[in-house]
Amino acid sequence: MKTFLADSVFFGAVVSLAAYEAGLLIRKKFRLAVLNPLLIATVSVMAVLLLLDIEYTQYNESARYISYLLTPATVCLAVPLYQQLGLLRKNLKAVAGGITAGVLASLVSVLVLAKLFSLTHEQYVTLLPKSITTAIGMGISEELGGIQTITVAVIIVTGILGNVIADFVCKLFRIEEPIAKGLALGTASHAIGTAKAMELGEVEGAMSSLAIAVAGLLTVIGASFFANLM
Amino acid sequence: MKFLRQFIIILAVSFAGELLHILIPLPIPASVYGLVLMLLALCTGILKLSQVKETAGFLIEIMPVMFIPAAVGLLDSWSALQPIWLPVVLITILTTILVMAVTGQITQCMIRSDRQKKQRKGTKNT
Repeated sequence: MKTFLADSVFFGAVVSLAAYEAGLLIRKKFRLAVLNPLLIATVSVMAVLLLLDIEYTQYNESARYISYLLTPATVCLAVPLYQQLGLLRKNLKAVAGGITAGVLASLVSVLVLAKLFSLTHEQYVTLLPKSITTAIGMGISEELGGIQTITVAVIIVTGILGNVIADFVCKLFRIEEPIAKGLALGTASHAIGTAKAMELGEVEGAMSSLAIAVAGLLTVIGASFFANLM
Repeated sequence: MKFLRQFIIILAVSFAGELLHILIPLPIPASVYGLVLMLLALCTGILKLSQVKETAGFLIEIMPVMFIPAAVGLLDSWSALQPIWLPVVLITILTTILVMAVTGQITQCMIRSDRQKKQRKGTKNT
């Protein structure tokens, strides 16, 4: 049975999708921000793998067909962005200012905290690209001499965290404008945050998609400078 | 057939993005090139919204699911993370809240001051 599950081409995909569906049901029932469907799905799949003693690589053999769609889906983020282009033109200055400030806040805060915790240079550059989309972040980490597996892990945790705490943070800091909410989610927690922004509304989703690309590109430039500071 | 045709277009743009990723030596992923290409194609009218809209909407809707395999992959990176997990967790939580608050607040302040300026201009003119 175990080898059958491990070798199956569908097991990983079915478990992942079913876990997400369960996450949606649980959220509908309890309406708590912590009960985020992605978080529930991730934890339950981990539990299933540990319980059935299945290696991650074996699970990913079939689950990777889900990840395969990530590039086409990211490409599709251009569609809501295109639909909100007029709004973007009208608020161009605010959008550019907001994303730039967010990227700087990310780099500066990682620098300050890394010094505070006296991390090594290698650990510092590993964390520098933590707020941007995985593919760009991995590239930056590699180029600056960071530890790629940790960068990927931190980027994903940042994404899920942002997705879960978005409502709370927006309420706490009185962020009410849909454009501001969207940019905040995309700049702080990339595509996983954008998934949350899409749930909030069309404007939020479009602005969050924009922030993934712009914040990612600004971080490519910013991180190479900040890497020399520690 | 509509969905098939839309899916072909989306995959073709992704493929073009992949091509740019290989040709240009920058750490920018195929997906970001593809996003920009798709936006350009829509803006210039090479593609019409109706040629991608429904399938794009579907893919975006199920997007969170696509992160599950990568997130479950944290199981494997645990051993690398273990020696520095506490500072990493603290840095992750603090910076994520900070970036979200700064981006949101700055954007909101700029939007609102813009709006006030425009309103003042409006009252002057009347």
